Amino acid sequence: MILPGNASCQGCPISIVMRCLDEISNPVLAIPASCSTVIAGLHPKSAMKVPVVHVPFPSTLAVAAGLSEAYKRLGVKANVVAWIGDGAADIGFAALSASAARKDDLITIVVDNEAYMNTGTQASLSTFWKAKTTTSPTGKTEERRNLALIMLAHKADYVATASVGYIKDLRRKFRRAEEMKGFRFLQIHTPCPPGWKFPSEKTVEVARKAVMSGAWILWEYDGKLRLSKAGEKYALKENRIPLEDYLKQGRFSHLSDEEIRELEQKIDEDWELLLRFS
Amino acid sequence: MDLSPIISKATVASAGETGSWRNYRPAVTADLCSKCGNCILYCPEGVISEGGDSVEIDYRFCKGCGVCKEVCEQRAIEMIPE
Repeated sequence: MILPGNASCQGCPISIVMRCLDEISNPVLAIPASCSTVIAGLHPKSAMKVPVVHVPFPSTLAVAAGLSEAYKRLGVKANVVAWIGDGAADIGFAALSASAARKDDLITIVVDNEAYMNTGTQASLSTFWKAKTTTSPTGKTEERRNLALIMLAHKADYVATASVGYIKDLRRKFRRAEEMKGFRFLQIHTPCPPGWKFPSEKTVEVARKAVMSGAWILWEYDGKLRLSKAGEKYALKENRIPLEDYLKQGRFSHLSDEEIRELEQKIDEDWELLLRFS
Repeated sequence: MDLSPIISKATVASAGETGSWRNYRPAVTADLCSKCGNCILYCPEGVISEGGDSVEIDYRFCKGCGVCKEVCEQRAIEMIPE
């Protein structure tokens, strides 16, 4: 779905996810200002083989909902995809929440790189506690928001988290989302080499270590919440790799052992909370 | 109304021949390659395809990120300085 020679950075996880769009038939994308806009290219060229509507930040879900309704009335078969980052999920949260509540027939894909990367790594609500960004130079003081759980609370028809480290699991979830109808939501963990400050070849490895250390939980909900096969064994703490292995990134280089222990505790709490829903 | 002037066209090399960004070139050792397809799946650029005894890389657009080297379980890919 994305052509070579595009403007993505070396090792960009977003372009890996964009390639997975070929699991969805006739996608039509609505993309707000973001790294994804840059990757999609400058007019009159487009790096995307699918129709893309570039939209203002807070309106993404409103535009997508309108497109979906219009296609339905025209009898055009299309899967409308609201393609946003964690930043646009902050800025456009009102429209996102409203769309989920209306059960609009569309797929929302959040590529979560845990900060506003396109504008130079400002902290978002998805940014990890204690992660360094340009607006949290000594580490973010607030904990991250669990967006996928909020979507679950909207009783969305399909909610899933995925990771670029587990591409087959991700592609399966795209297929599952396509099969279903109604409001479908996927949040995909996309480690960003320049933003998180790690070498470009480590994108997939960092994503896998996030899952293996328990810091990113793979689950899906389609009426019933369950852990995904690829990551379910990490529910047991003894199966996880040491969190330090995952934290080998520039944005965490300042952490003390005490802070790492505290972070581990927060991750345990995230698991406990999620497992209460399953 | 003719809308074609305001609609962008799908184009290969929308940002130019990105192979020129590369500092390291991935080189495949065909003998070690098991054709598992991991590099094809994970390549952010989508420039790796099946071909010959192993895989083929389109160096015109490969940015040299090295993701293919990391996901190769056979260690059949090496990064060589350009």
